[in-house]
Amino acid sequence: MFAYTIKRILLMIPTLLGVAILVFFMLRVMPGDDVVDLMLRAEGANVPQHVIDAERARLGLDQPIVIQFFSWFGGILQGDLGLSMWTGRPVAYEIGQRLELSLQVALMATILAVLIALPLGTLSAIFKNTWIDHAIRIFSIAGLAVPSFWLGMIIILLLLTNFGWIPPLNFVSFFEDPWHNLSQLIWPALAVGYRYSAVATRMTRSSILEVMQEDYIRTARAKGVFERLVVARHGMRNALLPVVTVIGLEFAFLIGGLVVTEQVFALNGIGRLFVQAVTRGDYTMIQALVLLVAVTFILVNFLIDMLYAVLDPRIRYS
Amino acid sequence: MSTGSPTLAPAIDYKLPKRRNAVLQFISVQPLGSLGLLVIIIMALAAAFADVVAPHDPLTVNYIAILQPPSWEHPFGTDNFGRDIFSRVIYGARTALAIGFLSSLAGCTIGALIGVVSAYFGGWVDTFIQRIMDVLLSFPIIVLALAVVAVLGKNMVLGIDVNLIIAIGLPMIPKVARVVRSSALAIREMPYIDAARTCGYSDTRIVMRHIVPNVVAPYLIMLTAFVAQAILLEASLSFLGLGVTEPTASWGLMLSGSAADFYLEAPWMIIFPGVAISLAVFAFNLFGDSLRDWLDPKITT
Amino acid sequence: MRRTTFAITTALAFWLAAPDAATAQEPKRGGILNFAVSAEPPNYDCHANTSFAFVHPVRPSYNTLLRFVPDNYPEIEGDLAESWDISDDGLTYTFQLRQGVKFHDGSDFTSRDVKASYDRIRDPADGVRSIRQAAYADIESIETPDDHTVVVKLSAPNAAMLSQFASPWDCIYSAAKLDEDPRWPEQNVMGTGPFTFVEHSAGSHWIGERFEDYWDEGKPYLDGFRATFIRGAPMVNALAAGEVLVEFRGQSPADRDRLVSQLGDKAVVQESPWTCVLIVALNTEKPPFDDARVRRALSLAIDRYTGAEALSRIALVREVGGLLRPGYELAASQEEMESWPGFSRDIEASREEARRLLAEAGQENLSFTFTNRNVPMPYTPVGVFLIDQWRQIGVTAEHEQLETRLYQSKLRGDELEAGLDFHCDYMDEPNLQLIKYISSDKSSINYSGYDNPRVDELYEAQARELDMEARKGYIREIEKIAMEDAYNIPTIWWHRIIVHHDTLKNWHITPSHYLNQDLSEVWLDQ
Repeated sequence: MFAYTIKRILLMIPTLLGVAILVFFMLRVMPGDDVVDLMLRAEGANVPQHVIDAERARLGLDQPIVIQFFSWFGGILQGDLGLSMWTGRPVAYEIGQRLELSLQVALMATILAVLIALPLGTLSAIFKNTWIDHAIRIFSIAGLAVPSFWLGMIIILLLLTNFGWIPPLNFVSFFEDPWHNLSQLIWPALAVGYRYSAVATRMTRSSILEVMQEDYIRTARAKGVFERLVVARHGMRNALLPVVTVIGLEFAFLIGGLVVTEQVFALNGIGRLFVQAVTRGDYTMIQALVLLVAVTFILVNFLIDMLYAVLDPRIRYS
Repeated sequence: MSTGSPTLAPAIDYKLPKRRNAVLQFISVQPLGSLGLLVIIIMALAAAFADVVAPHDPLTVNYIAILQPPSWEHPFGTDNFGRDIFSRVIYGARTALAIGFLSSLAGCTIGALIGVVSAYFGGWVDTFIQRIMDVLLSFPIIVLALAVVAVLGKNMVLGIDVNLIIAIGLPMIPKVARVVRSSALAIREMPYIDAARTCGYSDTRIVMRHIVPNVVAPYLIMLTAFVAQAILLEASLSFLGLGVTEPTASWGLMLSGSAADFYLEAPWMIIFPGVAISLAVFAFNLFGDSLRDWLDPKITT
Repeated sequence: MRRTTFAITTALAFWLAAPDAATAQEPKRGGILNFAVSAEPPNYDCHANTSFAFVHPVRPSYNTLLRFVPDNYPEIEGDLAESWDISDDGLTYTFQLRQGVKFHDGSDFTSRDVKASYDRIRDPADGVRSIRQAAYADIESIETPDDHTVVVKLSAPNAAMLSQFASPWDCIYSAAKLDEDPRWPEQNVMGTGPFTFVEHSAGSHWIGERFEDYWDEGKPYLDGFRATFIRGAPMVNALAAGEVLVEFRGQSPADRDRLVSQLGDKAVVQESPWTCVLIVALNTEKPPFDDARVRRALSLAIDRYTGAEALSRIALVREVGGLLRPGYELAASQEEMESWPGFSRDIEASREEARRLLAEAGQENLSFTFTNRNVPMPYTPVGVFLIDQWRQIGVTAEHEQLETRLYQSKLRGDELEAGLDFHCDYMDEPNLQLIKYISSDKSSINYSGYDNPRVDELYEAQARELDMEARKGYIREIEKIAMEDAYNIPTIWWHRIIVHHDTLKNWHITPSHYLNQDLSEVWLDQ
């Protein structure tokens, strides 16, 4: 197990390095204006070139690209994400300001998804090819089909036209004012969570179906035990693993899903920060956010693999 | 927006059923999938014959008829330029299907080739390719697409933005490569491949004659599923103002920009394009799902 | 139904210069003003910023030397200066400063602070970003004979200089802080203004609180303000729901109609012409736009009067004008405008002429790429409108809408064919607006590549001319050249619409969204 863990950790290093290199050089070949133009020439200001050049030099953008890379990467290795090229404040501070909100929405969406997916997926599998199954499948395929930002727009439309009310604008921590907090975040969580639940429902259904084909279930069934009990006792535990996996991976990707939804609900989260960073050409910020998401994803993957290794010894020795 | 889990691509040995009257059989076994297929066919026809079907020109600006609610003249109402939304939704099917299909085709084909090559050669080639795929997989789809759009800008060929197709197709590659690789790995271990090798057949021949035909089923399934994902992604990118641009009729674009300013006053501006996106994605998912069930011998009862 | 709403709002809309009924009321003290800002400032340095997103939250913490009278633009009054005097030759400006003014840190304001601030703008230390340095190039020296007198000497007369001292960008900083670190204002907010800075929560909001020691006794009326950074549809929703009372940049006509129908008599609409315009920039260094006939044909094809009317219903543009904002005292009269190509009331004759010019130039089937910015308001509607106008003389323009980053660099680059450029200023002033039209090697914002020494001479002459009538003469001549050569073609001027809740009192719209934002006179009726 120890050897496997070490091997697995070592495998993460080239991936992380690849992500860092890719995102860095991808940004530097980006055509169009850079952050300096965008900041100083906003609204068509008549700014002399020497001011632009001086600012570019100050940000180190006039250095050879390889040198820029090493000075940035050196910082990362020491846990320093650098300063935002747009605000001049530390990237870590800017992200920290917005992380709680995004994490909370992601967490709420996950809880919603699990609460919907487990019962529906199980029902769908048990009553395979009946009208219950069809109805649940239609519901979950619709969840994959409806764009979450459109669902968000419709939610706002309904709230405003029916109640003349919109969710509060400013974020307050759940621990300070739970009511205010939930009334702001439940809507985006719902918009994102529906799609998420659809993915999880489908995974639950198919993995339960798969488990039900296994021999020991057939044996149990042959013994005349009531079918639903069989599913509950034997099926669930084994079927849950792929479901947990898909939930974990989706969670890691939720930050991406929030990019559009946060725009619709005007939430000050990581997704909006990313879109702003892209439109502002704030390289250091984009690099940090992409790394953050990639690291989350890689870590979640690692944890899932570990979980599998613990549960299924064959993996360790292959 | 990921479909299924990338790390756990199951090596199910799909088979293209060699049955007579496959279509009839599909309809009887997979009523939902057939419904999806029907919707797809209707959309494809509407897209192909948009100039005949659409009652108005989708680009004609009419300042006298702006923001009109649905009526006989304009079944879906008009937008802030007085353009007929019904006609724009019909023409939008063209954009959605063209971009959805082309990017899915590009992404899945390249992904499948990479997967086959990776599986067949194994060794350091496999390791190297898999590490690159790992890197690509670590980016959320929309983030990767946003970055590609930002880096490449626009490049119009025959009215279609090639770079947008790359941006949408690129995130599919590692996923398809993973799945195809595991299917191909299973086949590579088969005795007849060894036999072919012993006979001195070239690598290309073995790959093309023996491995490729066996990964066609998962390839087709993913192609369908990714058309759905591509349509959604195109909508999201256009919504963020980074995809298709005005005045082209595109569903995502119809939800963005000015629609965001007007939608509370003129809700029909967002309802119909949104329904169109959902319906299209829904149909492709339904069809793709059923196709998988149908082709997967393990699950078919 | 729709049409009635529109009629009502239009009737409601026209803003009159006369003070409204609200000013007659006795101002109430107290309350927090919630307003929206649809972008966010990158840093806090007045001298380095160019966006309204900066002015709206930051300006309330600062004063400037002079300012535009809040309810009577373009009249100028003292802000930190109590009075001023200009020598007859126009070369010496003497300012008497207010006494007893305090900075938020408790220190006294003196002439040294004024000198340090203006020196920072015109001659910045290394690392300091001064964007408007060029506007003060005529200043030879700034002297401080005593603590409350500032003498500014110019090397040549400059017709714009006095109003420039009322620029909202020229915040007066504490000289002591600048001595410590010339870049101190980038990350700190500390001035003499009516509100002290409390907090800026990145991406979310900005809070200011009444400065109890403000020099203007009894002001500000508000206890404080909270600016929320929010844009697009969510911003309009927040306005409709009363989460914010106002957004000070401007709303689209559709938003106005919606807010008015939703809020009823709780909504107050203020409208004004805007010192912003969208301009078609044509690359004169590349065929076919190296031919002035082709360029003029594009200008002739635009039905400005019908377009202005139609567009004003869906976009924030309304006034037909030339190089200067219509309605500004130095702008061309309607009669003068109608003598320019493309400004005739007879659009059929203009289009006929346009077709003739194209035929003459051998460009009957002209087709080109029209670069636009992918900002929905007002770029998209105006772009769609122009393409439709050109189609009517047989010209095909392909609409290329780019993200701001790509859009700006394309405008500046050699690849440009034609693009929709824009120009926006904090005040009506030929020195500012005409920079768009002087030779491209002398102006960093003329993207047409057009060079004409005659225009530059005329620009210089009008800038130095202190006699209004003589100045007008030079400007008319520049306009005539610009319109005939049609390298930068002004389209339709912007129209500013502000819808706010009626509890907000004593805020007055001006032709610029950069002005009138110190919030010292604003109060809440609640």
